[in-house]
This record gives sequence, structure tokens and C-alpha cells, in this order.
Amino acid sequence: MKRLIKLKVNGEVYEVAIHQHRTLAEVLREELDLIGTKEACNEGDCGSCTVILDGKTVTSCLTLAIEADGKEIRTIEGMAAKDGKLSPLQQSFVDHGAIQCGYCTPGMVMSATALLEENPKPTEDEVRMGIAGNICRCTGYTKIVEAILATSEGGK
Amino acid sequence: MRLPRFEYLSPQTVQEACSLLSQHGDKARVKAGGTDLLNQMKERIIKPEYIIGLNSISDLDYIEADADKVRIGALTTLTTLNNSQVIKDKFPCLAAVPNKMATVQIRNMGTLGGNLCNAAPSADSAPILICLGAQAKIVGPNGDRLVALEDFFTGPGQTVLGDDEILAEIQVPDQAANTGGAYLKMSRISVDLALVGVAVVLTMDGDTCKDIKITLGAVAPTPIRAKKAEKALKGKKIDEGLIEKAGKIASDEASPIDDVRSSAFYRTEIVKVYTKRAIRQALEGTK
Repeated sequence: MKRLIKLKVNGEVYEVAIHQHRTLAEVLREELDLIGTKEACNEGDCGSCTVILDGKTVTSCLTLAIEADGKEIRTIEGMAAKDGKLSPLQQSFVDHGAIQCGYCTPGMVMSATALLEENPKPTEDEVRMGIAGNICRCTGYTKIVEAILATSEGGK
Repeated sequence: MRLPRFEYLSPQTVQEACSLLSQHGDKARVKAGGTDLLNQMKERIIKPEYIIGLNSISDLDYIEADADKVRIGALTTLTTLNNSQVIKDKFPCLAAVPNKMATVQIRNMGTLGGNLCNAAPSADSAPILICLGAQAKIVGPNGDRLVALEDFFTGPGQTVLGDDEILAEIQVPDQAANTGGAYLKMSRISVDLALVGVAVVLTMDGDTCKDIKITLGAVAPTPIRAKKAEKALKGKKIDEGLIEKAGKIASDEASPIDDVRSSAFYRTEIVKVYTKRAIRQALEGTK
């Protein structure tokens, strides 16, 4: 039996009928066509599926879609402004060369966004701890950390 | 990896959850954060037909200070535990633990109750709680019972919970004055499980160790107290020589295995080193 749920994603309400065993990652990608959120390990280790759920980052591959019913979800698609202008953090990623293949990037941006919203002036260690749940196979993290520090309050 | 199909049930109270467990028996599993449960289901290690979601129960997520103890609801997330001022004030050694566990995302979802009920031998929340004398409040259709946390684990992945029982609360008693504690975890990378975990909580009376508890994680089928090492220190004046001795005794009490994370030989060695360091750090905390 499918259940009807309401997901508020990036400010817009979507009503979808889904099976109870669907994860939030699957529903975002397959029902709502929001494919910015990625599925890589599918077991909550890599962080590529990271979204912000009621203000906290979660791995959407381990979140049941029915448990997200009625909650506020922010995905990578909601980071840029309506006119397409990148958020300061996104622009910083571009400016610092913090993107290679781009697959970790949506999850990385969500984790970094949540980190800076909670801790606007993180130390480098705090940044590294804050993105420890997002694995990057390409960059070696240096430029990512620089991009995040540059966006933080007091960053250059 | 898709989840297998199941029916999701949303009890509103703990009693309702227990009666659903009674009703469906081994076809049902409770779900808190789901960070361990859903992975086991994806790997088809378990295929429950019913998932009893505990997140709809409103009164399992709290941290409350009573006159002589703090009560932590089983559905308190690791992040909430990490940020709690009550825990930082009363049990700083416990407040320091969640940051050593998993990732930000997993801590936002995972709960203290879930970490304990998953009962991995390496469960990071267990050793320090055992040293602090924590008790588990278990709720079932026939009422509540309190079990000392050090008696809660019966084997890897196994606890004293009956088939229709739920862990509802963890109670941590206020500690005596001049008490300090520390939990040291060694892992391959920062977000990995512990390959060795050592917790020490001690109470000093001047130079003398009035009381001490040492709990080892990841080096036995369950978290274990290193009682012989404790005995070497309790009632004695603590000096470096005694700390050395305690480290050696603790490493003999461990029974680690070789696995993908480490070897028994290395784990034994690290138990020795970390026991010494944890004792020294706990002493710092008493000043």
C-alpha cells in the first residue's frame, strides 16, 4: 500500500504517493526528479546523499521517506538563488577549484552550509570535522577546506 | 541496494510500541535513528515485515536532571547529547564522547538508545557510561525494570532486552566530588568504529584513589570492566609505576580478535597504552 506524504523541499510542497520502504534519497531523485542529491555507497558512509532535514544534515539514503513527511528539506537545488546566482559558499567552491568530478560536491556543500550556519567562524579543525562525513575521491580535501574557510566570517 | 518491503507502524506511546512488538514477535523490529537497522536490512541480514517507528513517540527524547541523577531518553540523538549543557556540566567525560562517533550526519540521526541496543562490542557510548554507573530503564508489557548497563550486554549484537521490551531511558547517577573521567578511542580513520576503546572514571581522596572503574570496548564480545586493573589501583596512592602496572593488567584482561580493523596483538598493546593515558587524563579531570 502506498502512502501519501507531503515533503516541503526548498520551500515548495510536493505531495507524493510512495511505498513505505522508499528512502528519502530515492524519493527525491526518482519521484521529484531532484537528482542533485547523489547515491554512491547507499549505506550512510560517503555523505553524497546529504540533505538538510529540519535544520540538521542527514544521510538521505538511511532516512525513510515516510518519516520525512511534513518536514522541511533543503537540497543542493535550493542553494542557489532563484535567478541562478550561486550562494557565496558555492561560488567559493568554484573560485577555489574545490570541484573535480563534482560527485561529492552537492553533499559537501550541504554539510558545509549546515556547518557555517551553526558555527560561522570555524577553525580549520572544525571544518575538517564538520565535513568528515563527506568523502571526496578526487580533491584530497585541501581546496574544499580552503573554500569553506574563505566563506566563513572573517575568512579571506 | 533497496530496502526490502515492510509495513511501517507509528505507535504514539511506549506501551503501544511494546504491544506491537508482542503482537508481531520476530517479524517486527523497532526503529530509532535507523542508521544501523536500515543497513542491516539493505544487506538482507534481517528482513522485518514490520518496522515500529519510535520517532512518533514524543517523550523519549530528553535530558533531565533529577536530585541525584540525570535521565537521558533513549531517543536522544548523539548530537543532542553532544550539545547538552547538563551533560557538559555533570559528566564532561560523557559530553566528549559523541564527537568521537561516526559523522555529523549519523550523529544527527543516531540515538543513544540505538547505539546501546545495537550492542556492537565496540559501541562508543557504552564504556564511559558503564564507568559512570549508568542504569538502563527497560519497558515491557509487564512493567519497567532497571538493569545496570554493565549487565545490559550479553554478546555481540545481543542484550538482555526481551522480545517485547524497549530500552526507554539511561540513568546516570551524579558523581562524587573529585571525580574525573576519560574515554580514549583508537580507530583507523576518524569516522570509523573503535578498534580499541578505553574508559576510566576515578574518584580521588588527596593522592589516594578512592574508587576507580575501567571499561574496555572492542576487545571482548561485549564492553567489559577491567576489574583486576581496578583492584590494583583502588585504595592506593597513584603513581606512574602503578599506572604502568594497571595498563599491563588491563591488557591481560582483554580478549581481542584479529579482524579487518586490527590484530589481537596490536589491540592488546593499545589497551595497555590507552589504559595508562585514560587514567592520567581522568586524574587531570579531578583537579
